[in-house]
Amino acid sequence: MRALFLAVLLRDLRLAARRRIDALLPLVFFVVAISLFPLGVGPEPQTLRHIAPGVVWVCALLATMLSVQHLYAGDQADGSLEQLLLAPQPAVIVAAAKCVAHWLVNGWPLIVAAPLVGLLFDLSGPALQSLVLSLLLGTPVLSLLGGLGAALTLGLRSGGMLLILIVLPLAMPALIFGAGAVVAVDAGESAAGHYSLLGALLIATALGAPLATAAALRISTE
Amino acid sequence: MTSGLRLFNFAAPSRFYALAGTLTPWFWLLTVGFAIAGLYVGFIVAPVDATQGNAYRIIFLHVPAAWMSMLLYMVMAFWAAIGWAFRARMASMMARAIAPTGAMFTFLALWTGALWGKPSWGTWWVWDARLTSELILLFLYLGYIALVEAIDDPRRADQAGALLAVVGAVNVPIIYFSVRWWNTLHQGATISMTAAPKMASTMLLSMLLMTIACWAYAFAVVFKRARAIIIEREQHTAWVSEMAHAAKGA
Repeated sequence: MRALFLAVLLRDLRLAARRRIDALLPLVFFVVAISLFPLGVGPEPQTLRHIAPGVVWVCALLATMLSVQHLYAGDQADGSLEQLLLAPQPAVIVAAAKCVAHWLVNGWPLIVAAPLVGLLFDLSGPALQSLVLSLLLGTPVLSLLGGLGAALTLGLRSGGMLLILIVLPLAMPALIFGAGAVVAVDAGESAAGHYSLLGALLIATALGAPLATAAALRISTE
Repeated sequence: MTSGLRLFNFAAPSRFYALAGTLTPWFWLLTVGFAIAGLYVGFIVAPVDATQGNAYRIIFLHVPAAWMSMLLYMVMAFWAAIGWAFRARMASMMARAIAPTGAMFTFLALWTGALWGKPSWGTWWVWDARLTSELILLFLYLGYIALVEAIDDPRRADQAGALLAVVGAVNVPIIYFSVRWWNTLHQGATISMTAAPKMASTMLLSMLLMTIACWAYAFAVVFKRARAIIIEREQHTAWVSEMAHAAKGA
């Protein structure tokens, strides 16, 4: 089982390394979408500092939803997904490996870029730290939920919009606690409760989402 | 019917079709009867509220709609899960038939809530925990409907919809509590809706009558829609073509 997990994970990482521009597109989207907000809202530092946590988190959410759409599409198109599901190991291994690969390729760059875009919004040092920490705990949740949505909408005509419609309501708790942590730190309070709840969400999602994703993959490829 | 009422008989779409056809007019009758009674008590008998005037009367529709919206999601998830787990076609069709009615009640609850909020709080919408969760519930319904409508193969649509409905049902409490927590942190709205003043018994009676009317309406509409889904899916079977021939001949 570990061999299959590693094989799928390394294969996806290798594929991403061969198509570097594709892998960087979510990051570019993230930065561009965030920089639209000062243009739309106005450049007052006070306002920007106020909206920054929510803006960064919403953009991370949307960037993840856009990047997760092709998680299974390529494998389904060339038939490798069916072969993976035919393997004697449970499909949940495949689902988990794909989600980890997605997070390593698409989640990490967002976390690394977050402090930089936070500076654009004049966030303080502690707030930047909490932004990174909350994204570190929260983006895996988004990848896991996105993987479920991608498996459910596999091969559908309007898969992209549908995935976003399906996953966004489920991702709202992560958004609330993730952005809430930064707001709390910015207000000089402790964000420990937010981190704990984000961690709990991560554990619950990590336990449940791969199972649901595996079931969804079986339904979609039947 | 030798050994009591065999409920599982109605798991067969053809039998359910006949049963639903028989019951639907009765549910319509109940809907109209209880709605008239409920509206009569609500508009004529119930007194004018001391603080809110006549505007409060929208709750006679608002509260039942909100109840139905939450209940129907759970019922939908239940039937979808049964249909998925036991390969029961009729249960999956029921789940499909319930979804639009549930979404309608959710929208109605939000809409009537806005109509109530404007005169009593001076705003159509506040980001209160209950309102926000109700809005997210509407999104969950829309996601379910969009997913099952996007999949052409009915079997896959039923199963994918069931998975989504169950995941949604598991998430509803998490979403509710996170929204509530978020709301208390931000303290944007200072309106307390939990501290309901003691209600006159006629008000309660009207709400109860309207709730029964909403239940009956949900049954009538869901049965009607389920019958349409049955006909559509079973169009290649003998009993549907016989029925169609009979209808053409008549």
